[in-house]
Amino acid sequence: MFSKLKITLYTLVAGATMAALTAYAAQVSAPAQTAAPATAPAAVKSTSTADHSKFKELQKTFNSAPEVTKACLICHTEAAKQVQKTKHWTWEFTNPDTQQKLGKKHIINNFCTATKSNEKFCSACHVGYGWENDKFDFKAEQNVDCVVCHESTGTYRKIPGLSGHPTYKDMEFPAHSGKIVKAPNLSKVAQSVGKTSRANCGACHFYGGGGDAVKHGDLDSTLKDPLKYLDVHMDKKGLNFSCGTCHMTTGHEVPGSRYAPTVTPGSQELVAPHMRGKVDNSNPASCQSCHGNKPHPATMAKLNEHTDKIACQTCHIPEFARGQATKMSWDWSTAGQLTPEGKPITKKDSGGHNSYDSKKGDFTWEDHVIPEYIWFNGKVNYTLRETKLDPSQVIKINSFEGSPTDGKSMIWPVKVFRGKQPFDTVSNTLLVPHTFGKDDSAYWSNFDWEKSLAAGMKAANAPYSGKHGFVETEMSWPITHMVAPKGDALTCAQCHDANTGGRLKNVKGIYMPGRGDNNKWLDMIGWSVALLTLIGVLIHGAGRIYTHRKG
Amino acid sequence: MSSEKIYVFKIFERIWHWSQASLIIFMLITGFEVHGSYTLFGFAKAVSLHTIAAWTLIGLWVFAIFWHITTGEWKQYIPTMDKVVAMIKFYSVGIFNDAPHPFKATQLKKHNPLQRLAYIGVLLFIGPLLWLTGWFYLFYGVWQAWGIDKFLSLEWVAFFHTAGAFMMLAFLIAHVYLTTAGHTPTSHIKAMITGWEEV
Repeated sequence: MFSKLKITLYTLVAGATMAALTAYAAQVSAPAQTAAPATAPAAVKSTSTADHSKFKELQKTFNSAPEVTKACLICHTEAAKQVQKTKHWTWEFTNPDTQQKLGKKHIINNFCTATKSNEKFCSACHVGYGWENDKFDFKAEQNVDCVVCHESTGTYRKIPGLSGHPTYKDMEFPAHSGKIVKAPNLSKVAQSVGKTSRANCGACHFYGGGGDAVKHGDLDSTLKDPLKYLDVHMDKKGLNFSCGTCHMTTGHEVPGSRYAPTVTPGSQELVAPHMRGKVDNSNPASCQSCHGNKPHPATMAKLNEHTDKIACQTCHIPEFARGQATKMSWDWSTAGQLTPEGKPITKKDSGGHNSYDSKKGDFTWEDHVIPEYIWFNGKVNYTLRETKLDPSQVIKINSFEGSPTDGKSMIWPVKVFRGKQPFDTVSNTLLVPHTFGKDDSAYWSNFDWEKSLAAGMKAANAPYSGKHGFVETEMSWPITHMVAPKGDALTCAQCHDANTGGRLKNVKGIYMPGRGDNNKWLDMIGWSVALLTLIGVLIHGAGRIYTHRKG
Repeated sequence: MSSEKIYVFKIFERIWHWSQASLIIFMLITGFEVHGSYTLFGFAKAVSLHTIAAWTLIGLWVFAIFWHITTGEWKQYIPTMDKVVAMIKFYSVGIFNDAPHPFKATQLKKHNPLQRLAYIGVLLFIGPLLWLTGWFYLFYGVWQAWGIDKFLSLEWVAFFHTAGAFMMLAFLIAHVYLTTAGHTPTSHIKAMITGWEEV
């Protein structure tokens, strides 16, 4: 009798196994991860119809950079006017959603904090010459810096402290470093101009926040000549994109913005890719503008069902800072420690990165960072200089708006940069420090917060109570560059993971199968019913066997 | 015990039964993995296997429904209260005392009244619950295009799909056991394999 029961069970198990094997064999083979054969890139050769080294206007000695600009404008009559309309020039941006006045001229971030009173230094990344204080002439066309974006010798460098100028004679920089920056040959620089390269954009954007890889996490000098692993589009031996391939620029207006990011390009409807040159105000610097919003092949159709809620970047940029470490935190409150002789000090961490600088405080660095993930609908609210804050809370320098239910948000990867920075303990507002300058109040020369903050706030034409403290702040940076090859994209189980909750464990308001979102009561009742049924039939069966044996 | 035999399950029915049984067991295994109960194939593979098995089962059902309608065999599932009490008595008392099985299968009535009730429950309740929620699950990507995203949430679709799965699991356990509760412990199983049942 018992063996007969066993046979029953074996039959069923065998049936199930057969089915499992059949279905397993029939399943569509896993998506091939082999990359398409990369076409051998032709040596990048200018296809321009003009060779600027043959232009008479440029075959002369230039004593200053603005003289070069004057030469450019002889032919490119509208160029300076175009540049002067852009953020690169004005350092101002009014967010159309929030009406907040942003831009480097106005915001206070948690890196070097503010540009006000420090223009001489900061304007090394201004697309112009001579901005050192409020008296800068924003109308003067020869003040526009053409070559920083167009030269290709790699010798032209704007030095912090020179108000946006390059050095005109060899100089030691940084001061006391023993490193000599050579004065560029402006004639050669002028003759080398052409289309803007990765190195041109990178001259500022790779070094934001005061050094290589400090700020963004997805933009640093490793993108100058990246391998495929780092950036599938910029891969030097492959597609070899420049920044402008995506940031398709017209009339010097570069599309793409972190003040008002495009987060759901066409995700709500079945869009066709952005048409280059079509006047529709859409942002060409989005994944969808080339790939559409159903980019995965039919064998991976389930992935296309993710594109309405998950930004491409979430899966395709699995980690940022894959080329080198990025700065993750900056604590200004510890700045100012000096040697007994009154000299500033610097320390390095085990990875060789600056971990302390008397001028700036403590830093931490990380590479291959797993981003944080948030709902984001493109609306960004800034804590401005005049915004009242609650110093008992962590202050969000910029807060990304978004929710699972607003129909506009997607799950985005962000770098969150944390720190402590000065604020006015009486008025509860952020403060503008005067950091750079050879005067008696600049923090980097005097290490005196009171003088520095008083001078900074005076330059910003804002009140200061005279009492300062340090408040915890965080700032978010959407991760969108350094797109990995598809083989490195996240796998399903990196988010659908019941054990750890996966990558999106902090993303609320959405039901994800296999993340442990399931109803625990249902599970308890369900398994109990199944178990009780099993126990019931086992007892019944045992009873039958027992009574039969007895009988 | 009598050795009389009748031919109750035709070849199509038997193939249908065993392939359906295999698919349901397989879908329970992969489904509960997708649910997050354990890791066996890995999430991605479990999802794709579960989906393939679902479409296979749908295909099988198209044939099964066609067969039941054209042969009139659907009438086998019409519920009846006749002998229900007798069946309950048999399972709870008689089966322990070698009492005779109160139901004699014929070609016109191959299921005992409790089977009829159980199967009609599976066919009209558990099955549709799983199908309906399963389809909503499969077509989650087009909810918005169909305008049904306002009325449905994946959380509840998943809830009822899982609830259906637990019911199917409980049915499966009871069903497997009750195959041994025929005229002889193996008479039901033999019938489902060979088509011939001892009555």
